[in-house]
Amino acid sequence: MLIDWFTVGAQLLNFIVLVWLMKRFLYQPVLNAIAAREQKIAATLADAATTEAEARRQQREFEQKNQAFEQQRADLLQQATKAATAEGERLRAEAARVADKASAMRAKALATDTEHLHAEIVRRTQQQVFAIARQVLDDLAGASLEQRVCEVFVQRLQAADDEALSALGKALRDTSEATPALLRSAFELPAAQQTAIQAAMDETAGQTIALKFETEPDLVAGIEISAQGQKLAWSIEDYLSALSSAPHTAHESDATVAA
Amino acid sequence: MRLTPDAWIFWQYGFISLNATIVFTWVLMAVLVLGGALITRRLTTSHERSRWQNLLEIVVTTIMSQIKDVGLKNPHHYLAFLGTLFLFVAIAALATVLPGYEPPTASLSTTAALALSVLVAVPLFGISSQGLMGYLKSYLQPTPIMLPFNLISEVSRTMALAVRLFGNMMSGAMIIAILLSITPFFFPIVMTLLGLLTGMVQAYIFTILAAVYIAAATRSSKAVKVPSPAPAA
Repeated sequence: MLIDWFTVGAQLLNFIVLVWLMKRFLYQPVLNAIAAREQKIAATLADAATTEAEARRQQREFEQKNQAFEQQRADLLQQATKAATAEGERLRAEAARVADKASAMRAKALATDTEHLHAEIVRRTQQQVFAIARQVLDDLAGASLEQRVCEVFVQRLQAADDEALSALGKALRDTSEATPALLRSAFELPAAQQTAIQAAMDETAGQTIALKFETEPDLVAGIEISAQGQKLAWSIEDYLSALSSAPHTAHESDATVAA
Repeated sequence: MRLTPDAWIFWQYGFISLNATIVFTWVLMAVLVLGGALITRRLTTSHERSRWQNLLEIVVTTIMSQIKDVGLKNPHHYLAFLGTLFLFVAIAALATVLPGYEPPTASLSTTAALALSVLVAVPLFGISSQGLMGYLKSYLQPTPIMLPFNLISEVSRTMALAVRLFGNMMSGAMIIAILLSITPFFFPIVMTLLGLLTGMVQAYIFTILAAVYIAAATRSSKAVKVPSPAPAA
């Protein structure tokens, strides 16, 4: 007989015991270990997911901050650019204003210099003309310039129009020893000329008048009489003034034609 | 020459006999339990683990996946029974490489005991799954006329389980013994290798068949819906 029923029963019991022992010592611990590991892995994955979510949140936050920062930087840059442009404009305007001021001052100084130079030229020209005229008069007429000046003055006095002459005569008549008429000349008049002029004055006034002679070099070879606010004068300066104004007039005429 | 290790008796008292089948079964039990306990004593739950733990986890998870593939939805529930069946039969076959060893599964008493345990376990799992009435109704499927045939099927498949495993294991041991006496050097080695393969295949077949029977018992009353073919476009 191949089957021993006692052995069958013993093996059945053995198998049942083995099942229990294997479950107790093998399957359950292994399954527990696997479950614990799976749980740990799941926890790790959950942690990783949480960390990733946090990282993504921080990344988004960082990107937003970065974007805001870029925007702020752009705004600040724009403001700075605008401010710099405005400041540049202001500085340019200030520089232009200062430059205009300096230019005006320079022009004014130039004009002043020109005026001074012109005055100096006029003065020297007067002196030169006076010297030349005197020399010419000496050479041609044999009379001194002063004499000729006196003559011309007397002629002028005599040739003056009636209105001026009457006004001057009235003024001369009002003179007295206390308030004499004042005759100024650029040079010391010789006695002959003083006498001639005195005579001409007396004739103009129709009476003997008090006359005081003074020397004034600025008159430039001229004679001037003043009494009671009335004045009659002649000097080379008149000619020189005409001479000095002539080129300006000619220049202005040229400019007008050119325009 | 012994046809079965039952005949190798160490001690006997009346009908109680301590034969090689029982003794080698105890040895295998000790190896399995002590080995398992030794390995599972230092289990780690971290990613770093010993190769023995790794081996055990692979064995356990593979058995569970096979149980799941058969159609049992909760493999944890059946792991102790089916896994022990497989490991016992497999280790009994693998140990044939040891000289002086005779596999307990080469004894019809052992295979009959294992088949009887399957015969008892199938209705137990079936009842725990769908209740007593639900399980008993499965014997009347598809018609009550099939009741005797279902009962005969239960018995015959149990006998088939026992005889199949016994025949394969016994024949392997017998062939090796015969070849040892005829050509002592080369062929026994080849046949031993073939016997190892046969033993592993038998362990797999025995376990899978038990799983299939349990699966059939646990879902026999549930209507299996065959999906209708998709209409032609």
